[in-house]
Amino acid sequence: MVIKILKNFFSRIFAGMFKGRSNLVIGFYGPPNGGKTTLANKMCTDFTGQELGAVSKIPHETREVQFAEEVKFNHKGKNMVFKLVDTPGIATRIDYEDFMRHGLREKEAKKRAKEATKGVIESIKWLDDVNAVVVVLDATQNPYNQVNVTIIGNLVARKLPVIIAANKIDLKNANIKKIEAAFPEYEVVGISAKFGKNIEEFYESLYNLAKK
Amino acid sequence: MDTRKLNSLTLQFVPYSDISSLNSIERIKKLLKVVLDNKIVLMQGRLKAEEESRLIEDTMALIGSVKGFRGIELAVLSPKESGSVVGNFKRGLARMLVGENDSITIIGPASVVREMRRDPNKIQLLLKDKSRRR
Repeated sequence: MVIKILKNFFSRIFAGMFKGRSNLVIGFYGPPNGGKTTLANKMCTDFTGQELGAVSKIPHETREVQFAEEVKFNHKGKNMVFKLVDTPGIATRIDYEDFMRHGLREKEAKKRAKEATKGVIESIKWLDDVNAVVVVLDATQNPYNQVNVTIIGNLVARKLPVIIAANKIDLKNANIKKIEAAFPEYEVVGISAKFGKNIEEFYESLYNLAKK
Repeated sequence: MDTRKLNSLTLQFVPYSDISSLNSIERIKKLLKVVLDNKIVLMQGRLKAEEESRLIEDTMALIGSVKGFRGIELAVLSPKESGSVVGNFKRGLARMLVGENDSITIIGPASVVREMRRDPNKIQLLLKDKSRRR
């Protein structure tokens, strides 16, 4: 009986801590190899203790949408419950021979390409089901890529709150200013998802974005 | 889509008047038909955001079903937004009246165009080596 009372007491306290907008769906979008899964993994590890998916240097490692339900975000006393949606990278071209250049055999490369095309379609379909989006861009790459423009244009058309994570700032040739110049209407936060650099600032921005 | 015999590059101009009366599905179909012919589309104007994403979806579906098709390279050049409220209002009004035809959209087959490098003022088309075109 005492245990039951204590259990109810703690569950009420716990529920109160995370009350507000529950299960806000945050989508991680961007071109392949920007670091979406690495960032989703970092968040999941920080708030749930478990990673979400595998990462690889070969593009299109994530070929199916991956979820983390009930991620209890707690940053400097700010609490929120998120559902994180890690999407396959959006691309306009998928060539199995590109995978072969990364060492995959032809059969394996063709299979990966087929799955990757389906993944892109799935990512786009998921735009209807997210409440806010983190666009993850590789800060070492040219941001004026049409895929980036298309993704952000679609988010604007859907009136979704957006934050841009300029990832890989640990690399020498990262250029956050170029991303800021390409997308001046959006908040750009420079991070290194791999090493957790500047992740606190990203969490602060994500919280503010989710409150919108 | 065999491009091994390709020894020239065709740019097909699509004026805004050719697509303005078409619905989204017809527009995308028209553009992809040109691309599947191994030609580079030079379109006056630009697609709506949702049409661009639909173009990507349809492209992905074609990669699986059309032999040798590896996707597209896409780039859009638009004039910079004016800093002034009056300037933006004028541009917005013009777009409402005649459509968004002050942009240029370039779409090329990935088997011909290796990469489109875009910055605010120019688009650079890097072509595939002829020997590697499929």
